[in-house]
Amino acid sequence: MLPEALKNMFEKPATEGYPANRGDVFPNMRGKLNFEADKCVGCKLCSRDCPTGALTIEKIGDKQFKAVLRLDKCIYCGQCADSCNKSALSCTHEFELASLSQEDLKVEL
Amino acid sequence: MSALHILVFPGLLFLALYALALQFVDRKVYARLQNRKGPPWFQPAADFVKLLGKETIVPNEANHFVFTALPVFALAAVTTAFLYVPIWGTSSALPFPGDVVVMMYLLAIIPLTFFLAGWNSSSMYAAIGSQRVLTQLFAYEVPLFMAILGPALLADTWSLSGIAAFYAQHPPMALLNLPGFGVALLATQGKLERVPFDTPEAETEIVAGAFTEYGGRLYAIFRLAVDMETVVLLGIMSVVFVPLFAGNPFLGFLIFLVKTLVMLFVLSVIKAVTARLRIEQMVRFCWMVLVPLSLGQLLIDLVAKGLME
Amino acid sequence: MAKVVIPLGPQHPALKEPANFALSLDGERIIGAAVNLGYNHRGIEKACESRTFLQDVYLIERICGICSHSHSTAFINAVEEVAGAPAPKRAQWIRTLVAELERLHSHLLWLGVAGHELGFDTLFMYSWRDRELVLDLLALLTGNRVNYGINKLGGVRRDITKDDVEKIRPVVDALEERTKYYIDLVTTESTLAARMLDVGRLCHEDALTYGASGPVARAAAVDKDTRRDDPYSAYGEIPFDVITDDHADVYGRAVVRVKELLESCKIIRYVMDNLPEGPLEVKFPRKVPAGEAISRYEAPRGEDVHYVKCNGTDMPERVKVRAPTLANAASVALMLQGGFLADVPIVIAAIDPCFSCTDRMVAVKDENSGAEGVMDWESLRRYSIEWYMERGVSFENIQSERDS
Repeated sequence: MLPEALKNMFEKPATEGYPANRGDVFPNMRGKLNFEADKCVGCKLCSRDCPTGALTIEKIGDKQFKAVLRLDKCIYCGQCADSCNKSALSCTHEFELASLSQEDLKVEL
Repeated sequence: MSALHILVFPGLLFLALYALALQFVDRKVYARLQNRKGPPWFQPAADFVKLLGKETIVPNEANHFVFTALPVFALAAVTTAFLYVPIWGTSSALPFPGDVVVMMYLLAIIPLTFFLAGWNSSSMYAAIGSQRVLTQLFAYEVPLFMAILGPALLADTWSLSGIAAFYAQHPPMALLNLPGFGVALLATQGKLERVPFDTPEAETEIVAGAFTEYGGRLYAIFRLAVDMETVVLLGIMSVVFVPLFAGNPFLGFLIFLVKTLVMLFVLSVIKAVTARLRIEQMVRFCWMVLVPLSLGQLLIDLVAKGLME
Repeated sequence: MAKVVIPLGPQHPALKEPANFALSLDGERIIGAAVNLGYNHRGIEKACESRTFLQDVYLIERICGICSHSHSTAFINAVEEVAGAPAPKRAQWIRTLVAELERLHSHLLWLGVAGHELGFDTLFMYSWRDRELVLDLLALLTGNRVNYGINKLGGVRRDITKDDVEKIRPVVDALEERTKYYIDLVTTESTLAARMLDVGRLCHEDALTYGASGPVARAAAVDKDTRRDDPYSAYGEIPFDVITDDHADVYGRAVVRVKELLESCKIIRYVMDNLPEGPLEVKFPRKVPAGEAISRYEAPRGEDVHYVKCNGTDMPERVKVRAPTLANAASVALMLQGGFLADVPIVIAAIDPCFSCTDRMVAVKDENSGAEGVMDWESLRRYSIEWYMERGVSFENIQSERDS
């Protein structure tokens, strides 16, 4: 144990100072959703399949839809993106989504 | 002059600052040994200030006066003890013949305050913690006493300044005290309740041991007292076992800093590479290994003294 | 010294989740122990009944934060069996790969926790640092560090490319190197051995009587492993050894776990070398025909059993989960008996408990009449306020969140 500990003492630390160093994310990562309104046809398969009911699609006009996402409910599984037949939904790499007020967590995509 | 000694240097203020500095070094070294970054330099001070700002809660069933007075007792005992440690040469701030014994007794007060603090808290975890404090006290105190007794016998003096003066004149003599040095380092680890001997405050077993019910200002004082105790114990060992002194007070002070930091490094490494022992394993280790070693140390010193005369 | 009873938990630094162990102490020695679970019931089984199968997969995955893939695979295996639509071969092999990566990270996590419980924080830091390598691999393959979301009914959601395989190989090599170091450490470091040897004994017969499973059973020389005894996913085609040990104490459990790390590395290499080509999924119906199935799965903590009953709709009629901790929790009281208070954290940690996966509803019965009662939230709240009032604690100044 002793040699191992002394050896580690002179190696680069494994921990990082977070706000300064944000680390890498992997390409597969499922972060905040991205919604392309022009592709959406309003079938609502995504909100029907959402395990937590975080996503709702609202009609705002003729063939025009908006997506409302509750960030506090979303579990970032990406099922909605899989369910969407028109590829209107996709996952981004955005993950720093915390907020102190619940209102801020209800976002329009 | 003595007021200055007691309150500023080498007294309360310097001791407190150096204690926080040593806590930082300890945490940083410990973190680096574990391949972590470790805390920034002001972390110990920040922790202290934060604790000072927290609410102080005294359990209903505890004696209010005793509960609040004990941390101050611990702090007073350790501050007094530091006045007899020579830090800028071979002489301390207030030396007198027999100060080694007084100092060891003052240092024994600290675990006693821990014990009383836990016992008075009327909490189950604190009670078990204080039992362990006391059990452990009987295990490490004897070898620690004897390890320091040996060099003192050889120097033929009961004053820390006298011991320093003797070994400053005869540095090779300190080689005879190497077994005692090892014993003292390990016993110190026990006295400071650090891994592998941190059974009295084993977090995963009994929460915070004797300090379970303490919080806020009172706990801050206790924490500070423990950090100061580290300085005092390292100071004693640096005088008794490492015969490096300088006539120039400034240089002497620097040497004191270097000696204590090196010893702290050793203590941090021990803390990093061991697991916590059970209380009965700890007691067995102290009585089966440390006590015979310290007895051997006494024997070596007695024989050496006989040969010298 | 008089006998004292101390409550360990539901809130205690040694416990990562709420559970209660009532310990009768004689000095430092334990003369009796009782295990009380039930502080962490989340009602997942019931919640499954009101969600579609598709949504259930994500819910089931969140039963456990560590062995999430175990639960979702066990559930999916059962549903696929009822629907008669097993996943294609390549999907099965990818599931196996993720399962073994999960075992690696779970066992490394355990090693760190064990180190922490023993006051050996350096071991904790090292093994969790090495665990990051596995978590990075899982993030690379599946997109997430813990709730991977790679399983779907009838297949897997993501493919493993040649590039990914090339990235996995060096990491597995590095991990194998580290594992050998941990085996060396666990078997030779003297303070570690002093704290683990002869601690928390559960002999071979008791392990069988109490129905222990997973590494706890294998450490007592019970040669039992669902991967070999009742193969699922691709385990039927992969050669591997079942690690057993006859120490029957915490030391044995540690040895079994670190040696299983090596075995997992072996399986991962085999899967990478022999990954079959083919489709990733079959078309899976939204409505599953009526029927029921039980599926067994060797999770890192022991055998995980899922029972699913389908009624022809797109929602299950009943889902029952037997998490591995339930099998092992019963033996903890026995392991603690006669030991030291100082050993309690490591003995509990040695079964690698996962209490929130285990907790189920507890029915309250009157001891004398045997009558069962149901308390709604209001009466429960009133009861608890009265209970505290009798003991002199007043809630007059505390505002209730529920009132507003």
